[in-house]
Amino acid sequence: MTLVTGHRGPAGDVAASALIEEDAARGTFRVHRSAMTSRDVFDQELERIFAHTWLYVGHESEIPEPGDYVRRPVAGRPVFMVRGAKSGQVNVFHNTCTHRGAVVCRRDRGNSKVFQCFYHAWTFDSEGSLVGVPGRDAYGEKFDMSSLGLARVARAESYRGFVFASFDPQVTDLVSYLGGAREYLDLVIDEADGQLQIISGTQEYGMQANWKLLVENSIDGYHAASTHDTYFKYLVSLGTDLSVGVSGVTKDLGNGHAVLEYLAPWGRPIARWEPLFGPEAKDEIGTLRARLVAQHGEERARRMCDLNRNMLIYPNLIINDIMAVTVRTFMPTSATSMAVTAWEAAPRDELPEVRQRRLDSFLTFLGPGGFATPDDIEALESCQQGFASGGVEWNDISRGMHRDPQATDEEQMRAFWRRWRDQMDGAR
Amino acid sequence: MTSILASSLAELTRGDVEDFLYREAELLDDWNLDDWLELFTADARYVIPCTGDPAGDPSRDLVLVDDDRLRLEARVERLNSRKAHREYPHSNVRHLVTNVRLGGITGDELPVRASFTVWRFRGGRETSYVGGYDYRLVMDESALKIRSKRVVLDMTVLRPAGDVAIIL
Repeated sequence: MTLVTGHRGPAGDVAASALIEEDAARGTFRVHRSAMTSRDVFDQELERIFAHTWLYVGHESEIPEPGDYVRRPVAGRPVFMVRGAKSGQVNVFHNTCTHRGAVVCRRDRGNSKVFQCFYHAWTFDSEGSLVGVPGRDAYGEKFDMSSLGLARVARAESYRGFVFASFDPQVTDLVSYLGGAREYLDLVIDEADGQLQIISGTQEYGMQANWKLLVENSIDGYHAASTHDTYFKYLVSLGTDLSVGVSGVTKDLGNGHAVLEYLAPWGRPIARWEPLFGPEAKDEIGTLRARLVAQHGEERARRMCDLNRNMLIYPNLIINDIMAVTVRTFMPTSATSMAVTAWEAAPRDELPEVRQRRLDSFLTFLGPGGFATPDDIEALESCQQGFASGGVEWNDISRGMHRDPQATDEEQMRAFWRRWRDQMDGAR
Repeated sequence: MTSILASSLAELTRGDVEDFLYREAELLDDWNLDDWLELFTADARYVIPCTGDPAGDPSRDLVLVDDDRLRLEARVERLNSRKAHREYPHSNVRHLVTNVRLGGITGDELPVRASFTVWRFRGGRETSYVGGYDYRLVMDESALKIRSKRVVLDMTVLRPAGDVAIIL
């Protein structure tokens, strides 16, 4: 599908304001499907969104010790995150030798005092300093090793363990950027007594669909009952009461971030029992719950224990605190495909039996081998195939515009799309 | 279905075990999942660690699949229904099993290792999965059964495969 006439600005760029049609009076919100199919839109997203926002790199619990590192792409660029041996701080470096370019961190994770480029053996320490150059005398006296350290990503900050980076030195500070999402992030972290840990094991999968479809899907409370029938059947077979349904609210958290917070039939390892956990877990979960009430008060503890949260941290980080906690990020590899990386987060010092229930609870629904995620993949790829048919130019994202948005409405998606439109049209 | 009839694990030849694994592959290729399930013991486990973490321990680490018998039955029921959208209609699958090696009997279990390629075709797309199987087989009322099937993938990421919605 090509861009329709009028979707280009004066400089020949994509005018995203023409791809989003919001009419508050009529209660309609539409997104032009070329936003999901156009190569020009994809190129402009890389330049105007991914080069200027904060992007999730990883979690500090992945690199607890000095010299611990993980390498991974951020916005498709190879970077690595290492805990400095001298500073104890998290460093995020461009993964490229300052000499001739080869990547210097060549394993996905590990611990190392130095990162040596194998090509000509230039060697960097965990703070990025160039500490070794074979045959240094060949460079003469003015050779300045201190200016040839590894390049830091323009900005890197951690919010209570969640490490973000930005390629834009002018980007606003992380706390301001997170805005209203902070409170919800705090809930997830405080549930774990501030000791949230990423569990070992990374799910790396992909879809033949535009990345923004996964933004929508990850915070979509409307599709659960229809798409995930087989998951709910499994819960029923174990004795779960589905009459609870999915009920709650959605919120625009500012800066493109959004959340839905709701009650759902499934259990929550943090402290909402369900038959899947087995009768022996009832007392223990009661104890967990009482502890959270004592620490955080009845109201906040109730949100932690009973309510689920699907949160988007704009543009591409999902933290879903549902039947388990998943941290998921994804990056477009073209207008019609994406790479997805997902982790599971949990309280660090959880009892082994609680951890086992959490792992079970995660896998039953989530991930590329779960009972639900594969059907989400199918849904998004199916949308992408449908777009190729043409004949229909617009997606409808109007659900709930005439009322206070419910968890099954689409206000959280509209929050994303409004920010996306503004950034694509030049807003920083 | 032909069962392997032998009074003890010690009598089994590699040929017997290969016949058993080929039968399992055939049932999966035919989407005869109800009969496939019967190859497993009541305390069976079916595990796929994450790519990049072949030693992943499902009691401690995030994996891709960790089914006990109950979840294995739920997986089969799901895949047999018309509501497992990723696999409705079903992919054409072909399980190629090779390099079968029998380990030494430990307790009541025979460890078996094998290599595999699983091909998956659907809607004009093809993907493949390559890796190793680690089985622990037992004699259950004089029929050979699978107590544990661990699938270790060689791919470093699930791309382009996308998911593991089929049974490997």
